[in-house]
Amino acid sequence: MVVTAYTLVRIRSLFAVAMLSGIYSLVGASLYLVMDAVDVAFTEAAVGAGISTVLMLGTLSLTTRMEKVPKKVSPLPLVIVTVTGALLIYASLDMPYYGDPSAPIHHNVSIRYVEKSGEEIGVPNIVTSILASYRGYDTLGETSVIFTAAIGVMALIGRSRRRKKLSDQDGEDA
Amino acid sequence: MMSPQSILRVVSKLLIPPILLFALYVQFHGDFGPGGGFQAGVIFASAFILYALVFGIETARKVAPAWLTRLMLAGGLLLYAGVGVVAMIMGGDYLDYSALRADPVAGQHLGILLIEFGVGTTVAGAMISIFLIFDGRGREQES
Repeated sequence: MVVTAYTLVRIRSLFAVAMLSGIYSLVGASLYLVMDAVDVAFTEAAVGAGISTVLMLGTLSLTTRMEKVPKKVSPLPLVIVTVTGALLIYASLDMPYYGDPSAPIHHNVSIRYVEKSGEEIGVPNIVTSILASYRGYDTLGETSVIFTAAIGVMALIGRSRRRKKLSDQDGEDA
Repeated sequence: MMSPQSILRVVSKLLIPPILLFALYVQFHGDFGPGGGFQAGVIFASAFILYALVFGIETARKVAPAWLTRLMLAGGLLLYAGVGVVAMIMGGDYLDYSALRADPVAGQHLGILLIEFGVGTTVAGAMISIFLIFDGRGREQES
């Protein structure tokens, strides 16, 4: 993953960048799979490696294939990235180890989910029962986010096309 | 009639039905195995995008015109929210599926099935329409 990320930053051909980010997502998906998060891995493989690569290629066909080389290098982004990265690593030191049974996440509400979900929901996949039933509001929100995203794309790109058609017609009339 | 893409066409024709079938399997088998509406919607859309890439965008537009993808987009979300309202009418809280049936567990089953279907429809509609808009714009600028 580190190698892919480094190549992503260094390479200038945007076509290769789109492909590499797909590979990055696929590696991420296998990492989730190793950590037994099958549902998340599934989503990452389908969305990250599949759809977003296609969308990036679609965008490439609209713009150019090669990245513009910046003339002067500004140090500010590097500073921001380094500071944020250092903060994140510092925060992760406080996190419990992976699979630690005394971690807070295993002690509050999840015990009830694991124990009661079989009786209350009767669905073998606990992830589904939490996602759809216990956390129904959250999933409704996520769905509306996707809905809003698609509407946004329609409003931004879909409508300007129609406007262009209109202006073309105006041009013909005049 | 041997176009240079004939292998691509034949292979994708063979692949698309299993992809669609797998999407439906992921959709309705999400209770038992990994998967659910989000994943199923994306897989369904990817089958469609493959079709559009191989057979051309115009053919794809005939299969899924803009009104259909928009209907899917809005209808899925409406189905999700509607299940919540129906649960309220049947005497439960909003999105409390136990009220949908006399047996709470059966009600939960029905509710989860319906809302996952809503999620899948919205996601598939969103992905397909975003893809079509992107591609349509590229075509517009070429001409």
